[in-house]
Amino acid sequence: MGIDILISLIKIGIVLSMLLSLAAVLSWAERKQSAVLQDRIGPNRASILGLRLFGLFHPVADAIKMFFKEDFIPARGNRFLHTIAPFIAMMPALVTFAVIPFGDFIEIAGKKITLQIADPNIGIIFVFSIASLIIYGVVLAGYSSYNNYAMLGAMRACAQMISYEVTLGLSIIGVLIVFNSVRLGEIVRMQGQLIWGVIPGWGIIYQPLAFILFLTAAIAETKRVPFDLPEGESEIQVGYFIEYSGMKWGMFFLAEFVEIVVVSALITTLFFGGWQIPYLLRDGFYFPGGIHIPLNHNVVSIMQVLSFGFKVIFFCWLQLMIRWTLPRFRFDQLMALCWKGLLPLSLLNIFVTGAAVLLKG
Amino acid sequence: MIKEVKVGLWEKIYIPEIIKGLSVTTKHFFRNLLNPEKIVTIQYPDVKRPIAPVWRGRHRLLTKEDGSLKCVACFMCATACPSKCIYIEAGEHPDPSVEKYPVRFEIDLLRCVFCGMCVEACPKDAIAMDLIILELAGYERKDFILDINKLVVKP
Repeated sequence: MGIDILISLIKIGIVLSMLLSLAAVLSWAERKQSAVLQDRIGPNRASILGLRLFGLFHPVADAIKMFFKEDFIPARGNRFLHTIAPFIAMMPALVTFAVIPFGDFIEIAGKKITLQIADPNIGIIFVFSIASLIIYGVVLAGYSSYNNYAMLGAMRACAQMISYEVTLGLSIIGVLIVFNSVRLGEIVRMQGQLIWGVIPGWGIIYQPLAFILFLTAAIAETKRVPFDLPEGESEIQVGYFIEYSGMKWGMFFLAEFVEIVVVSALITTLFFGGWQIPYLLRDGFYFPGGIHIPLNHNVVSIMQVLSFGFKVIFFCWLQLMIRWTLPRFRFDQLMALCWKGLLPLSLLNIFVTGAAVLLKG
Repeated sequence: MIKEVKVGLWEKIYIPEIIKGLSVTTKHFFRNLLNPEKIVTIQYPDVKRPIAPVWRGRHRLLTKEDGSLKCVACFMCATACPSKCIYIEAGEHPDPSVEKYPVRFEIDLLRCVFCGMCVEACPKDAIAMDLIILELAGYERKDFILDINKLVVKP
């Protein structure tokens, strides 16, 4: 019993530190990547003892700066809600990672350790129910700031997130029908099967439309360009966190990047086989054509964790790429895209998937 | 006239157009990532951009070999100056072979238009605008009024 709790705590520690450090690196990557794709150089000045490392110390410098800045609370704002709002915005993004499997299992001294913090029966439903709490952080931030811009931004964010949550939830139902489970560990394990013995049976092969719908809705949920309507420099400044400064602002900022990582992890888990590597089974590679390379199971597990990490980083990169490629929507276009475009398509996707599964028997 | 772009069904479903846009940015991303030397940015204080030799930089008053000013306070430059930014006060030179010398010679950079007329007008080649000083920033207005001490650049 005690050892199980210890193992869980170690897993939580590893996952949290990986998640937060990846989010911090992403805040650097966003600046650097945007610079590189716009033919610029980007941040490269922060240095420790003359070591610059392509500006990799900028997140550290930013964090130090934010900790020492004045923590401003508006005089007529609600002090308690203003303080607690960034925590409420940050918490769901971190907690959702608890059910995402980042590997199969490893065996240490005869003990089987599942590489997933928790695998509840409700799985993916837990992710969505927790993720929908992010709205509270946003609305409380807007409400407690006593600022019209903040209130308008919060209302916009609220309308946008609730609208896109519908599509987000409906788009994955096709995946759940195909894999016949809501447990994320189960879904990933099912994706290890091969179609006709050659093609890896990843979710995107069965559900390409659902992938596009999910990606679009997920980017809208993270409130980034092209869906960054809660912010708007020319109309409402930075929207709901206009009255935030110092590390409280930093938490909203970091929460955004944590959300990117979580979205990438969810896309990987649902559509790109999670920790699966094609043709890699528990005891080594089985290539089509009968070639077998035997490997130790723990080695296989480590390779699978690395594969999961690689996929997550790839989708983080893709999301940053989309953010720096597309212009933003207008608010009516945003709503029309959701309710007239994505929602009917996701319903159609559910219908077609259901019919196909029914016909196949 | 702004050309009206026809938006058909193909553009309305977004995805092909998004892929087109992403391919452009991805191409730039990998080109710049693999050949960072192709990025056009010049890291200014560390690296200075090449400048044409005819560039007109900040004015300098040139000196003879013994260190005294070449200028004879003939007022040709002040007369030629279209923005009237040169102020000269002439004085009697102790050496009888030299007629006059400038007691004060001031250029107001805030009025100067950097036309180079003073350099062309000078009969003694005593004033130059060349590549020695290019950075003209200052914190106060009086930083931009150059007297003889600032105009003579010691090597």
